[in-house]
Amino acid sequence: MCMLSRKATCNSHGQDSSYFLGWQEYEKNPFHEVRNTKGIIQMGLAENQLCFDILKSWIANNPDAAGFKRNGESIFAELALFQDYHGIPEFKKALTEFMSEIRGNKVSFDPNHLVLAAGATSANETLMFCLANHGEAFLLPTPYYPGFDRDLKWRTGVEIVPIHCTSSNGFQITETALQEAYLEAQKRNLRVKGVLVTNPSNPLGTTMTRNELNMLVSFVDEKGIHLVSDEIYSGTAFSTPSFVSVMEILKERKCDENGSQVWKRVHVVYSLSKDLGLPGFRVGAIYSNDDTVVAAATKMSSFGLVSSQTQYLLAAMLSDKKLTKNYISENHKRLRQRQKKLVSGLQKAGISCLKGNAGLFCWVDMRHLLRSNTFEAEMELWKKIVYEVRLNISPGSSCHCTEPGWFRVCFANIPIPGR
Amino acid sequence: MGFTLSNQQQQLSKIATGNGHGENSPYFEGWKAFDSNPYHPTKNPHGVIQMGLAENQLSFDLIQEWVLNHPEASICTAEGAKEFKDIANFQDYHGLPEFRNAVANFMGNVRGNRVTFDPDRIVMSGGATGAHEMLAFCLADPGEAFLMPVPYYPAFDRDLRWRTGVQLLPVACESFNNFKITRAALEDAYEKAQKANIRVKGLLITNPSNPLGTVLDRETLKSLVTFINEKNIHLVCDEIYAATVFTQPSFISIAEILEEEEVECNRELIHIVYSLSKDMGFPGFRVGIVYSYNDAVVNCARKMSSFGLVSTQTQRLIASMLSDNEFVDRFIAESARRLKARHAKFTVGLEEEGTTCLKSSGGLFVWMDLHKHLKEPTFEAEMALWRIIIHEVKLNVSPGSSFHCPEPGWFRVCFANMDDQTMEVALERIRNFVLQDKEAAVVAMKKKKRCWQSSKNLSLSFNRRSRFDEVMMSPHSPIPQSPLVRAT
Repeated sequence: MCMLSRKATCNSHGQDSSYFLGWQEYEKNPFHEVRNTKGIIQMGLAENQLCFDILKSWIANNPDAAGFKRNGESIFAELALFQDYHGIPEFKKALTEFMSEIRGNKVSFDPNHLVLAAGATSANETLMFCLANHGEAFLLPTPYYPGFDRDLKWRTGVEIVPIHCTSSNGFQITETALQEAYLEAQKRNLRVKGVLVTNPSNPLGTTMTRNELNMLVSFVDEKGIHLVSDEIYSGTAFSTPSFVSVMEILKERKCDENGSQVWKRVHVVYSLSKDLGLPGFRVGAIYSNDDTVVAAATKMSSFGLVSSQTQYLLAAMLSDKKLTKNYISENHKRLRQRQKKLVSGLQKAGISCLKGNAGLFCWVDMRHLLRSNTFEAEMELWKKIVYEVRLNISPGSSCHCTEPGWFRVCFANIPIPGR
Repeated sequence: MGFTLSNQQQQLSKIATGNGHGENSPYFEGWKAFDSNPYHPTKNPHGVIQMGLAENQLSFDLIQEWVLNHPEASICTAEGAKEFKDIANFQDYHGLPEFRNAVANFMGNVRGNRVTFDPDRIVMSGGATGAHEMLAFCLADPGEAFLMPVPYYPAFDRDLRWRTGVQLLPVACESFNNFKITRAALEDAYEKAQKANIRVKGLLITNPSNPLGTVLDRETLKSLVTFINEKNIHLVCDEIYAATVFTQPSFISIAEILEEEEVECNRELIHIVYSLSKDMGFPGFRVGIVYSYNDAVVNCARKMSSFGLVSTQTQRLIASMLSDNEFVDRFIAESARRLKARHAKFTVGLEEEGTTCLKSSGGLFVWMDLHKHLKEPTFEAEMALWRIIIHEVKLNVSPGSSFHCPEPGWFRVCFANMDDQTMEVALERIRNFVLQDKEAAVVAMKKKKRCWQSSKNLSLSFNRRSRFDEVMMSPHSPIPQSPLVRAT
């Protein structure tokens, strides 16, 4: 028998989790409004399909970007040959400006500190390779995106130690929970290299408070460790309280001026998969103030560069400030409307959600529908919902939630009719 | 409060702060020289000509024409826009079915349709760079090793080792038999690994070869298959230059060997790496492919491909282009014709001045023999010669030592990444250098004769390796010290 690697034969790829099993069931029997009305409706996929019409209209009016042209002249050869891992400068400039705009221009990003990656999947993995050795650990607040088990751990050998958050305070991160997680890691003989948070949160659909962010920055400062803020949903913060980026907090604390090096240990991950609804284009990015991290991550990006064809199109799109302004506000409006519809509909059925102001999903409370306060009961309920109610939603246990009965339900992956 | 460097090194990973990326090698001096002073026919006619980049720029006009005539292939044109949403939204790591079908079809075409490829075995990756790393993660654990015939593409040191912890062990190949991969050399490398307690998981070959530009003959391929089957190790065949073969001997893919009746092979050991970067000239589009005959590897690689999927915008374009069989046939034939013409012009031009290259039938480069121009048969002398070529002759070429070549004096010189005019300029510069060097050699010879006659203690130094090797060679390199003693 020929031997494969341990990575190939273990299941750290995480695909045996219920998160993915629900997908598989959906794939076998997908709902269609005409052809398969008894099929399963996909509500387990955090996609943003509400604003494609805006992008399509822009493309129709900008034939040059669409057709590998610059001022009517073909630049196909130039693009096809461009493999510089620094990326197309116009694209990085446009992307950093877009990131700024999403943050209300309260912070600015230096394109030279931005590293492109093949999606946030690649960006997160690359950051782990840069910040932690095999066997070291990152602390993550629960519940968290199931894909992190693969992205952060699989090939890197990095461990995740959970920071337990509960519904008692809306799943916010507390100082106690942070310290407990750190101690837990030490008990397990794991060296903690950093904390990774998703803000806005997946699966909670909430933005982090200033308090939480300040506490996190103080914590990593004190411990001399890193803070990775995955801000992939930053453009989906559709209602108050408004989104506050960790970069804003650093600026407020004047971290680059007061001699503390913590600003060099805070890194942001971004992507266009959620805000612009372009997961197929594989556009991810790492932003870091640490030159060594930028240099190392840039070299690593060779393993997952963004197609130059895509960089060119998006450079043109994101440089159009009229488009970006319109898109951001329209995106917020449509997400807000869609979320409201889901939330009020669920309320009528006696089901409440965590009060959310961002993301493409609701964190739904079905604890009262559980047979018992156990994860077995949660799985039972989940199976009923998938097979009988025919909705693919994601059970909280797949997100490592410590309380049974919570489910993530996506609302933005069904397009608006006629758009 | 200030952090020392070692603090920072502890805060970051060893991978991030180490040299495993390979970019600190002096090999990059040539690139820097080019970047700071790039040749331009009118704006900078005395600049450095880039001959260190294996790109295929000879046939873009054909592709440009196709793109113009097929607006529906782009999801952004009026003709293709109706698919924009579905394509932009599609992130399934199986890839667009039409993409996989078109790539499988193209791979078959490139091999003269002597073999067919199963679209379900096609896995995407971030270029061949991503493909190699992904395969290394699938096939080997940290500390385990792949055997690699020398000379080999320098970036393999990064792609296969950096983040994976896998080792590369060279298989000795020498110029006297045109760097053929012999069974003896394979066994030797394998044994050395055993003795050093290193577990060998596979053998990696590049066919057609980078940097040699040669193809493996049927006998060699069969002997490789026999070898890996006996040792029960994997065979990874990088066939990235498959369509750049422009003359006899023609390219034989490992896929063809597997179909031969008398060949006994456990197919689960065979994996192919492919890409559109060289054959089509699309390095910017990052289309890498892993094709494995092993279901478990396909499965695992597919999950790993999440870290380097091909942009669906690009998948769509490629799917359209490569399913146009008429275009593909025409392109492959014309591209090969142009490469042949360019190669001939270049090598004939060189031969006129007595500069020979290894006889090759493919690739985007020649393997040039400049050992006559070395002051002494050492790698130090090779580096000295290389610096002259970069800074005085003003050509960025790649020294053989960067490819782990065991003999000094070889250089890889790329010829397909420039227009005809630039190539003429490059040839002229090489001619002038060769002539000048010959004259200088004659003068030096006369001087040396006088010194020889008068000196009593003449020491011959040979095979002093430069510091360069320590950076480039794997720590367990078993390359024997080759006795290159040449009395002048």
